[in-house]
Amino acid sequence: MDTAAPSAATATAAGRTRLRLLTCGSVDDGKSTLIGRLLYDIGCLADDHAAALAKDSARGSAGGDLDFALLLDGLEAEREQGITIDVAYRHFASARRAFIVADAPGHEQYTRNMATGASNSELAVILCDARKGVLPQTRRHSCINALLGIKHVVLVVNKMDLVGYDQAVFERIAADYRRFVDKLKFASVAAIPLSARFGDNVARRSVNMPWYEGPAFLELLETLEADPPAEGQPFRMPIQWVNRPNQDFRGYAGTVARGRVRPGDPVAVAHSGVRTRIARIVTAGGDLAEARAGDAVVLVLESEIDASRGDMLAAAEAPPPVTDQFAAHLIWFADEPMLAGRRYIIKAGTKTALASITSVKHRLDIESLGHAAARELHKNDIGLCNISVSEPLALDPYDENRATGSFVLIDRFTNATAGAGMVEFPLRRASNIHRQETDVDKAARAALMHQKPACLWFTGLSGAGKSTIANLTERKLHALGRHTYLLDGDNLRHGLNRDLGFLATDRVENMRRAAEVAKLMIDAGLIVLVALISPFRAERQMARETMGPGEFVEIHVDAPIEICRRRDPKGLYRKADAGGLANFTGIDSPYEPPEDPEVVLRSAERSADDLSNDLVAHLRGRGIL
Amino acid sequence: MSKPETVSEPAGATAGAGRRALDPQLRALESESIHILRETVAEFRRPVLLYSIGKDSSVLLHLALKAFYPAKPPFPLLHVDTAWKFRDMIRFRDATAARLELDLIVHVNDEGVKRGISPIASGSALHTQVMKTEALRQALTLHGFDAAIGGARRDEERSRAKERIFSHRSAGHGWDPKNQRPEMWQLYNTRLAPGESMRVFPLSNWTELDVWRYILLEGIPVVPLYFAAPRPVVRRSGTWIMVDDERLPLEPGEMPEPRAVRFRTLGCYPLTGAIESAAASVAEIVSELEASRTSERQGRLIDHDGASMERKKREGYF
Ligand SMILES: Nc1nc2c(ncn2[C@@H]2O[C@H](COP(=O)(O)OP(=O)(O)O)[C@@H](O)[C@H]2O)c(=O)[nH]1
Repeated sequence: MDTAAPSAATATAAGRTRLRLLTCGSVDDGKSTLIGRLLYDIGCLADDHAAALAKDSARGSAGGDLDFALLLDGLEAEREQGITIDVAYRHFASARRAFIVADAPGHEQYTRNMATGASNSELAVILCDARKGVLPQTRRHSCINALLGIKHVVLVVNKMDLVGYDQAVFERIAADYRRFVDKLKFASVAAIPLSARFGDNVARRSVNMPWYEGPAFLELLETLEADPPAEGQPFRMPIQWVNRPNQDFRGYAGTVARGRVRPGDPVAVAHSGVRTRIARIVTAGGDLAEARAGDAVVLVLESEIDASRGDMLAAAEAPPPVTDQFAAHLIWFADEPMLAGRRYIIKAGTKTALASITSVKHRLDIESLGHAAARELHKNDIGLCNISVSEPLALDPYDENRATGSFVLIDRFTNATAGAGMVEFPLRRASNIHRQETDVDKAARAALMHQKPACLWFTGLSGAGKSTIANLTERKLHALGRHTYLLDGDNLRHGLNRDLGFLATDRVENMRRAAEVAKLMIDAGLIVLVALISPFRAERQMARETMGPGEFVEIHVDAPIEICRRRDPKGLYRKADAGGLANFTGIDSPYEPPEDPEVVLRSAERSADDLSNDLVAHLRGRGIL
Repeated sequence: MSKPETVSEPAGATAGAGRRALDPQLRALESESIHILRETVAEFRRPVLLYSIGKDSSVLLHLALKAFYPAKPPFPLLHVDTAWKFRDMIRFRDATAARLELDLIVHVNDEGVKRGISPIASGSALHTQVMKTEALRQALTLHGFDAAIGGARRDEERSRAKERIFSHRSAGHGWDPKNQRPEMWQLYNTRLAPGESMRVFPLSNWTELDVWRYILLEGIPVVPLYFAAPRPVVRRSGTWIMVDDERLPLEPGEMPEPRAVRFRTLGCYPLTGAIESAAASVAEIVSELEASRTSERQGRLIDHDGASMERKKREGYF
């Protein structure tokens, strides 16, 4: 094999696409050194980069030897800390093949970067230090790769120079590893003894390890056959954008996500089931006779149908399940834990909707591959969850197809990508549970009572005066002849919410139930007053969205915590301060004040009676009274 | 988005007669880029394509024509002009916009011009800061663009290697490399808070060689400065600087001499080094690159001016 004269042209002459691979390992296992060394050995390193490397190395830790890791560590901050902290993408080509390497970090808290790299890779290279063997990190990384649908792994046992190139050390580690990954169902697993620093078994076979008979690292990468896309897969294309330059042309732009399609093929809109046929496959370079998974095209249909971004075109005989509840593995990225019941934005294909996790079935224990009971997922946790969505989604199981079986969850307040999911199976068809229409509706019920239904939602710290003001307000509304009901948080906890505690997940569920009950009461035509600490912005937003426009009035009963503590009507602050009460809002559990409430009542400044008068006046102003 | 209009001739017409079929590698890259461009148009209120006239911009524009065909690209082009671009670049820019009937916005930082900022008087660092970084921020804010599509590639420079395809910018156009959104599969999180914006890089996964091979196979027009020709140059800091107009002060004893040179990247002419080359066609450039052992940004003086690319990017440089 001649590695001295790389030519990307020869690599592509073979007609192969780039191999996308991911490197992972614990910090200092030598990932960066391995890839840097590989680039250097196959002559992919531009001369000016090599010169810069020699200069940098002289300053660095490798004591004047070329420190290949410096090639890859891009960001200043991480170079100062001496660790790789984010995913970096590196291109190179050998004489036989072109590659994109995603360099993923070893730090435990950066699982998300590894998952990111894995989501678009075909092969994972997992490094371990020959002196340390298979570590929890090694297992964790293998497991994440398996979950993300990587089919091929290479275990690189690095730093063999530091164990005297000892065959027994290598064989023990390789056997350990094989025992572990057996359960993970990879299509191929290879192990290579190697020294990144000295180049043993990197681009060429090592003379120091004649006992090793397998290929060197490069040879393995060059010859790996990533699985060809399975023939006979059903066609799927999420609609990205409707191309409508004028009255005469209407095409659906998108990237084929699965299978292939030809003019004349019968297709259906997954959500509506409406069928038609493909008339043309349009591209700027001329119409195509066929488009396959990965091709970006514009499809023109035989008949005018109603479809837009977020819909999916699919093979008419084999459409995907369309569901509003499904089970999925979820990887959590955000600092804030995933709370069952909270709503997140979901993006699946080109569809955006709202989703909430209805239950966590289990958390995956990465080391044992066992299942642990859990109600929340924290940063870097992986769990199997049931998820329900506000609008039905067309989804395939992830292990059948990555593109149509994956989704991300986005935090509605920070816009951060909070988690990523891989669909296991749909839980029910979207159409199974119908909403029963009733003849007497909300408007009719309210008309009989001569009032406008509404929800007055009082939020604030314990002792801020929510119950007191809500109670006074209800009395006044009652005296005005209004039909009301007061849902008080403490009272709810004696009955409907008796099973809930004070952990964040319980609070989310507590608020969800209160909102659902309030909604029913609004439907009954009532004015509902809800007095609930309701500490989280996200769930108050959820409550607001549960109701109709204008029906939800958020009232912040605002008092400094010092005043609440002094009042302490139920003696709870005293208990919490003494450590006898865990998860107490304002002390060891957060309160997120409303950002834009309809009403603020400052209970430290005026009497409860005055404030309830203010509120009644406000309701008049809003047209609720 | 505004209503797309039709282009009368296929966008591929720019590709001319010499078109050849793409190999699987380029086809995959082309499809990925088109997907990204469409996603940008579908998800943002007011996108813009940053057109810097170079080869990457030419490819980007070509991909945009393809992505929305038969409609026209539903966004304008923005060129941030530092007033020190090669004359050939400006000619090419105006001819391209006219030929394709595109909506081209040219923005110059007038305040910088008034302050007399130039690469000669102010040095490359200040010139780049004021006439490129600040000018770009001005233009984005002025027109209220919420997504700026650029032609940067991950193989260009180390900090670019970690850049996302959809790269979030704060309300002040700053980039926080520590707090990037993970990009899983082809699912891009495009959500913005008021005032924030996105930089979008559809060519992230292309290499310099991919770009040239694509230009060759698709017959995409590029600025003639990429092709070797005798040009008046002087030797400075180990590279050839072209004397493009009379504004370049010559040092004592310096005499412009004609030499067969070409450029691998194009920018402000006093800051852009040429290489000696005989490559006079796209095909010759491709062969030259395959044999080459230096990286393309080597000729860029601004990359060696002290401030790292990462720092410039945090401040809003593209
Ligand atoms: N002796 C020896 N040292 C190595 C080898 N590979 C990497 N190293 C050293 O291990 C340290 C960490 O390597 P680096 O590539 O930065 O690790 P990363 O954190 O996994 O990217 C550096 O000081 C390397 O020089 C090897 O094969 N043998």
